[in-house]
Amino acid sequence: MRNEKTTMRGVFINGVLNENPVFRLVLGVCPTLASTTNAINGLGMGAAATFVLLGSNIVISMLRNFIPDKVRIPAFIVVISTFVTIVQMLIQAFVPSLYEALGLFIPLIVVNCIILARAEAFASKNSVLHSAADGLGMGAGFTLALIIIGVVREILGNGSVFGIDVLGASFQPMLLAIMAPGGFIIFGLILGIVNSIVNKIGKRSAGKGAEA
Amino acid sequence: MNLRLSAGPHFVARESTQTLMLDVIIALIPTTAAGVYLFGIRAAWVLAISVISAVLAEFIWQKLAKKPVRVSDLSAVVTGLILGLNMPPEVPLWLPAIGSFLAIMLVKQLFGGLGQNFMNPALLARGVMLVSWPALMSVYTLPVRVLGNTSVEASADAVSAATALIRPSAYSTYDLLIGNIPGAIGEVCKLAIIIGFLYLLFVGTISWHIPVCFVGTVALLSWILGSDPLIAILSGGVLFGAVFMATDYVTNPMLNIGHIIFGIGCGVIVVVIRKFGSYPEGVTFAILIMNILTPLIDRWTHRRVYGMVKKHA
Repeated sequence: MRNEKTTMRGVFINGVLNENPVFRLVLGVCPTLASTTNAINGLGMGAAATFVLLGSNIVISMLRNFIPDKVRIPAFIVVISTFVTIVQMLIQAFVPSLYEALGLFIPLIVVNCIILARAEAFASKNSVLHSAADGLGMGAGFTLALIIIGVVREILGNGSVFGIDVLGASFQPMLLAIMAPGGFIIFGLILGIVNSIVNKIGKRSAGKGAEA
Repeated sequence: MNLRLSAGPHFVARESTQTLMLDVIIALIPTTAAGVYLFGIRAAWVLAISVISAVLAEFIWQKLAKKPVRVSDLSAVVTGLILGLNMPPEVPLWLPAIGSFLAIMLVKQLFGGLGQNFMNPALLARGVMLVSWPALMSVYTLPVRVLGNTSVEASADAVSAATALIRPSAYSTYDLLIGNIPGAIGEVCKLAIIIGFLYLLFVGTISWHIPVCFVGTVALLSWILGSDPLIAILSGGVLFGAVFMATDYVTNPMLNIGHIIFGIGCGVIVVVIRKFGSYPEGVTFAILIMNILTPLIDRWTHRRVYGMVKKHA
């Protein structure tokens, strides 16, 4: 396990599966619930957060030997908010519809705990390349989780996937799915399903390891 | 298994889950019969589908989870029946099926099955449907027959109408009592609900505390806020909710003092939602909110065990 985590590929995979920020660490639940009313918003939020994670992880890792320990959190926030500002301006310029849909939640990426957690737990202790891999892996895991939740909520609540109608006109959408309480319920159900699957896979591979 | 022994004395009771559920079903018979008589064959379909779906959902879950199949304890039948009685008679027939599956799987079985659910399954399912399909869940129609008056021709087409909560002046107190008003299948005929209540009291399945405190609070608060207390009780789902849903064993407090707090809380929330909320009726949400507060009420009111010294704060 130790070896796997030290390779770049291992760090990336770890972010997507073993330590998936949403399903395994249960971080960033607020943006998860707010932006998954449909799959496109989920994808947009995931992409924006991935960009910020990658950028802030690289820069914080580069600066890790210069930032005094006592002021590290404000320093991290400054770096993170720089990238959030960049991503906010990019979204506003090129995808204004997404900017409208996500609204306040784009500037709120600054306080997304996944990003601060990775800066604190990983980027401030590891090399630049590893931190980049971790940022990409965590971002990919976050995006994957948002898309899964977004697709389920969009099918139930709107009868469509990525904006394309799949269930036909006779389908009566279940409005609760795209409201906040439905978000919590569906998030909880998917969390349970994913964790039971991951635990089963973990047990199986552990069993194989013991046999070999 | 974690067995906890409460303070004595103990005695052997004849009741099992099955006999208690059977008593509830017997108490629901007048309401069910009245609903089917008033709203016709359509209401029977809604009830049948919700009961069958609830039993099916319980069976499927217990098979899939490799648990002992306990469909015969009748609790799923009660959940399905109460859910069906909570729906307007003109709902599309897939809605009771979805509601029953939600009630049994999401609310009851995912939290550990009978006795572990923290909310009334039928009510939460109704709440989910009310929020998800507001248009379908609030199509109320006038009954096709009138109780005790056979001269009225049963009309084949249902006529949609505003409920007594929206237009209180449209119906007389007698109409409200016998159920000659639009509403959900089970809530309209108050006479049948009262018969069921008396039966449950007589066999001792429920105590009077929750229904009486609930209904009394609604009457008193409505009177203070300037409406006719009798009409406030007889219109909407207060009686049905107070007798059959607020008294669910699993989701209300243990002690009588807790029951009184629970009933008063339900009544207050109902009147607040009716008077100041955006929904015309608040029984569903009132009971659900008090279900959530039940563990807290139990903590405040727990019984001091004989001989135990009161802890100093």
